[in-house]
Amino acid sequence: MVCESWKAKLDTYLDAELPEEEMHSFDAHVRSCPSCSADALARVQMKRAIHVAGRRYTPSAEFRKRMHQKIVAKPRRSFALGWTFAAAAVAVIVVGTLTSLYVGTRSGRDQVFSEIADLHVATLASSSPVDVISTDRHTVKPWFQGKIPFAFNLPELQNTEFSLLGGRMTYLEQTPGAHLIYDVRKHHISVFMFQERSLPAKLNESSPSPKQLTFNMETWTQGGLRYFVIGDASAADIDNLAKLFKAAS
Amino acid sequence: MPHFERLYNFACWLTHDRQEAEDLVQETYAKALKGFSSFRPGTNFRAWIYKILRNAFLTSRTGLKATATVPLDLEDEEGALPAVEETPESILLQRSDGQLVQQALEQLPVAYREILLLCEVEEMSYQEISATLAIPMGTVMSRLSRARKALRGGLQQQFVRGTN
Repeated sequence: MVCESWKAKLDTYLDAELPEEEMHSFDAHVRSCPSCSADALARVQMKRAIHVAGRRYTPSAEFRKRMHQKIVAKPRRSFALGWTFAAAAVAVIVVGTLTSLYVGTRSGRDQVFSEIADLHVATLASSSPVDVISTDRHTVKPWFQGKIPFAFNLPELQNTEFSLLGGRMTYLEQTPGAHLIYDVRKHHISVFMFQERSLPAKLNESSPSPKQLTFNMETWTQGGLRYFVIGDASAADIDNLAKLFKAAS
Repeated sequence: MPHFERLYNFACWLTHDRQEAEDLVQETYAKALKGFSSFRPGTNFRAWIYKILRNAFLTSRTGLKATATVPLDLEDEEGALPAVEETPESILLQRSDGQLVQQALEQLPVAYREILLLCEVEEMSYQEISATLAIPMGTVMSRLSRARKALRGGLQQQFVRGTN
């Protein structure tokens, strides 16, 4: 059978684990071969069925609470973001040095961006980067009730590469805001939200260039809130997370 | 707690017992906290914590029993599948409740069950699976292939039983 050699690699192809060139030739073959495309469809259905069936168990509220009390309630021992501490500490020094060189001349706008970068780095370098540690947006969002003078929506992250790590209160120029930390492929991204009218500097311009900050950042206003998304992840990741927030708001 | 819900789900699939799964997850986080210094920044955190959970399972009473009764690597168990006209995929299409797949997964040897869960549910790359299970990439691919074959065989057997 001509297709035998293709079919032997079909699972690896569907797992997207073949070299890029082979993936392309496989794409072309599957499109032109009814037998292989039917087989591929069946295996995809099987993969989906396992994916759904495998997500079977969820921890009870009681167990979640017990674990939370045992582990999360001891922030000094928190390890969730610990692996970033060393890298973040180095980044603090770098960013701190860079920003201090420009502090005398930067405009109000640039100062806000730099402060956001400082907040991001300083938080990751902290021994307790988040005050509410949860991957569940329905846990994180209510935690801010009564702590900040506005409400916000958090995006659904299912089927995305992002995961929510937690949140904390933050201040920018004495304005209270929300700070969420997300994870994408080992990179941490901060999302900050403040009331636009409370911020001292006008931020009409688009995002600052990475050269200014050494980080990628996006900022925009929506529903009276000023959003900042910042991190050392790629510009595409920052943009994707920003889009999720824009869609959720 | 990163990966808490996923780890719990994985632990339940390994142990088949919610209480044991809770103990396993608790032990995993305790070990992770204690041994955090052994985590190398820049390496995969998810693979690291799953590896802790899996090692804790393998040294637990249930884990020892599971691996003692079933060889971890079932290299020679590629028997011919029962000859039936229906394919596992068409059975799945007929019974979309997922219960059949869950039953077939439950009945798989732990080595097959865990690798399928890591690949299809956790959507780990082969490299992550390799790090989690501490096996070479080639073994990941071959074991995954056998696991899929075994699952299809299990589904077919269930179908045959159901039609007789």
